[in-house]
Amino acid sequence: MEQPTLDVADLTVRFGGVLALDHVSLRAEANEIHGIIGPNGAGKTTLFNAVCGFVRPERGTIRYRGEALLGTAPHQLAQLGIARTLQGLGLWPGLTVLENVLVGSRVRPNFVASLLAMPRADRLERRLRDQAIQVLEELGIASVAGTLPGALPYGVQKRVIIARALMAAPDLLLLDEPASGLSAGDIERLAELVGRLRQRMSVVVVEHHVDLVMAISQRITVLNFGAVIASGTPAEIRGNRQVSAAYLGEDVTTAEGGASA
Amino acid sequence: MQRFFVLTLNGLTEGMIYAAMALALVLIWRATRVVNFAQGAMAMFTTYIALFALERGAPYWLAFIVALLSGFLLGAVVERVLVRPVESAPPLNVVILTLGVLLMLEALAPMLFGGQIRSFPAAFSIVGIRVGSLQVPFSAFDLFSLVSVLLLMALLLLLFQRTDLGLRMRAAAFNAEVARLLGVRVGRMLTLGWALASVAGALAGLLIAPSLLLYPTYMDQVLVFGFTGSILGGLDSPPGAVVGGLAMGFALSYVGGYLGSDLETVGALVILIAVLMVRPSGLLAWRAQRVV
Repeated sequence: MEQPTLDVADLTVRFGGVLALDHVSLRAEANEIHGIIGPNGAGKTTLFNAVCGFVRPERGTIRYRGEALLGTAPHQLAQLGIARTLQGLGLWPGLTVLENVLVGSRVRPNFVASLLAMPRADRLERRLRDQAIQVLEELGIASVAGTLPGALPYGVQKRVIIARALMAAPDLLLLDEPASGLSAGDIERLAELVGRLRQRMSVVVVEHHVDLVMAISQRITVLNFGAVIASGTPAEIRGNRQVSAAYLGEDVTTAEGGASA
Repeated sequence: MQRFFVLTLNGLTEGMIYAAMALALVLIWRATRVVNFAQGAMAMFTTYIALFALERGAPYWLAFIVALLSGFLLGAVVERVLVRPVESAPPLNVVILTLGVLLMLEALAPMLFGGQIRSFPAAFSIVGIRVGSLQVPFSAFDLFSLVSVLLLMALLLLLFQRTDLGLRMRAAAFNAEVARLLGVRVGRMLTLGWALASVAGALAGLLIAPSLLLYPTYMDQVLVFGFTGSILGGLDSPPGAVVGGLAMGFALSYVGGYLGSDLETVGALVILIAVLMVRPSGLLAWRAQRVV
């Protein structure tokens, strides 16, 4: 049987006295879109931070395609095929869109060769540029390649961030609130894009916009106060009483999950 | 009028050297948000290393290259060994640390190389070029200074704007966390930034040593003028550093020539205060605004 792309087991993270993640487990299979939802402060971003090595868990394991991931430094993730977007934008305001995307590449010209501007490094750099343009084309934003990000609408900037993550040709893409601040039209385009990406990689998406997660995910994990309160297919989650209680309060008969970002 | 011409040429050559020093400060500021007050002392030290090589019979150009290479190494070592551990400490700690490096190097130099004032050779004649019967106050060595600083700037520009390595250096400087997530070895980029900056500093030290003479504190004044130049340029912009350094060269040359050389340092302070009052973010502030 194929190894799951991301396998988090029994993960516990504590910040001082606060239990941020409490024995959390989840599995994202290959070519699966896995949604993580939950109210504010449920530990969604902490989970990503643990996967990326930004926070050290107290216990538990994180496996990526069967290999232990704990102890991996953040800069090594790109080489392993893991790309992540941050909740904020994190675009470089002084770099053009194309340059921002280029930084995301995991192929690097040799350090010394590019310092000495050797032809081999030069050719590689040109190839990377072509590849970056291709990624931008796929997202429909190639026309702004030479623009500084600050001059672009928010929705376009969010797409640049995804382009930068895709530049590494990842096997696992971690999206942290990709829909926040987007218009309805932008969200539709995002859903369509993530659906397409699934053919090439696994996507784990943390998102407040429950409708979007329901629409694109094959499986969903629901966190509340750092613990998993439900996991399953969108249909199962929709019918789960505990989930609707966490989102809407007790005593509801139907959960439309209308919490928007 | 002839005096003005002489002072202008003089300002141009000295300004180029201040520009190199300003560039060194700006490169480090961009990479690690630190004003490296030890930059001048590091350049002094590498120039002493060049003198040490010369005294052991090395040809001038070999000593020149040795000084630049030791600048590269010294910059890398200072960043990696001394600055890195206090990276996340309050900014003042790093400032104190660079002052500490300054004092340490200025104490170490006389112990290793002797404290007396030494002369340092120039690569070319320092006598003014003759045009017909007229002797222009611009020597072959002045020309060399001008060209070598320009060449260094062009190479740095090429590195930052045209190569993937330069792109990663810029990315690491402006958002380390995101760069790290994208697989950039941020620490390595910062070390390289310090190393390259120190090469620019070392070049300034080599070029000004023939006219200032070599002693452990001979770069202090160059550091102050270069720092003023970098502030003029906005501290964040390499082209601004060059313009600021040149402006300092011209201004100080005119102040020294027309008002007396005692007033040069005072002049630098007056310029600094005036610019900070009128354009607090530097003369090339529009650049910074565009970037933000």
